[in-house]
Amino acid sequence: MMAMTIHVDIVSAEQEIYSGLVDAVFATASMGEIGIYPRHTPLLTSLKPGEVRVSVNGKEEQFYVSGGMLEVQPHVVTILADTAMRADDVDEAAAIQAKEAAERSLADSDASLEYAEAQAQLAEAMAQLRSIERMRKSKGR
Amino acid sequence: MASGKEIRTQIGSIKNTQKITRAMEMVAASKMRKAQERMAATRPYSDKIYNVIQHLAFAHPEYKHIYLQDREEKTRVGYIVVSSDRGLCGGLNNNLFRTLLKDIQDKTDKGIEIDVCAIGKKATSFFGRLPVTLAAQVTQLGEEPSANELIGSIKVMLDAYDSGHIDSLYLVFNEFVNTMTQENKIMQLLPSKPAAPDQELKHHWDYIYEPDAKEVLDDLLVRYIESLVYQGVVENAACEQASRMVAMKSASDNAGDLIDDLQLVYNKARQAAITQEISEIVAGAAAV
Repeated sequence: MMAMTIHVDIVSAEQEIYSGLVDAVFATASMGEIGIYPRHTPLLTSLKPGEVRVSVNGKEEQFYVSGGMLEVQPHVVTILADTAMRADDVDEAAAIQAKEAAERSLADSDASLEYAEAQAQLAEAMAQLRSIERMRKSKGR
Repeated sequence: MASGKEIRTQIGSIKNTQKITRAMEMVAASKMRKAQERMAATRPYSDKIYNVIQHLAFAHPEYKHIYLQDREEKTRVGYIVVSSDRGLCGGLNNNLFRTLLKDIQDKTDKGIEIDVCAIGKKATSFFGRLPVTLAAQVTQLGEEPSANELIGSIKVMLDAYDSGHIDSLYLVFNEFVNTMTQENKIMQLLPSKPAAPDQELKHHWDYIYEPDAKEVLDDLLVRYIESLVYQGVVENAACEQASRMVAMKSASDNAGDLIDDLQLVYNKARQAAITQEISEIVAGAAAV
């Protein structure tokens, strides 16, 4: 019997990361870890910083994304990975910065914005660490 | 007629200029190749996100996003203008601004005001002199523009749209057709109208949204707009290099023509001087 597969595209704004037929995809969605097998119902969700795993013929491949969107269509899974670290407050800070540049004034940045940025950085660093640890374990075996 | 020495120094200085323009031409050529590669690398993302948006237009979400709703242009429109940071790239920026000015003129005639978000130094200095509102700016993107640096300025314009401050948003950039041709483009970003999707999705269906439709769609559409702008910036960067290459090539060719002409004048002047000298000697000898 032929195994059922699903096509996966992982792309980021700056490059294509992965494209091919896989048995299943796992990702860290905003509501928790999700696994997608062929014939999953259409789904649209945002991703948290974390790893995306695809399993091909029993082997697993890992990618790290710092957030993004995941779309499931009957035959295609599309993962739009962010290259940037995103958090509302960080975006807000960037927006303020652009405005200030337009006004040609550089005021001191707000402490609360820095805090939000640090928090987002921490979350990302932790997710990266987890991903690395898991890779080490699988190599050690 | 200029003396031999003067012409020789002139030829020398033109030769130096030619060396510089030729070097710039070659630098631009190699940078253009890289910029084109970058352009190709961003295409998968923009294609994919466009597909998702198309699917979405055919899904039947219970929540209709404000970016997808029609809105009339009444009081104020926004432009995101992509330009280069550096000059010496032919008429690239000026042609773009001229096209845009015509558009702006049409709008202001109808009593609509203009907000501009300037990307690149040239746009900033150009619109600083015009009676438009410079809402945001970002410069010094360099040869490898990253999507990160654009987020802030795009958000300023999106916020303005969300709050109803502007009624529509356009992206203005140069589209890379080929090395010789760059096309000025004014593209409507908001309200967004994705083209009709493929037929297979015609039946009634909808996504499952996690956590909910509003949040997911907000995130997705913001990313969609950002990807369009980023694509525009990357494409403009390739145009800049192509245009610079062509401009520098024609400058080198011009310098070559100039040198040829001057060389002719120089040779004639030298020959005239020699002839004169000989005739003077002959005349002198005859007199003796």
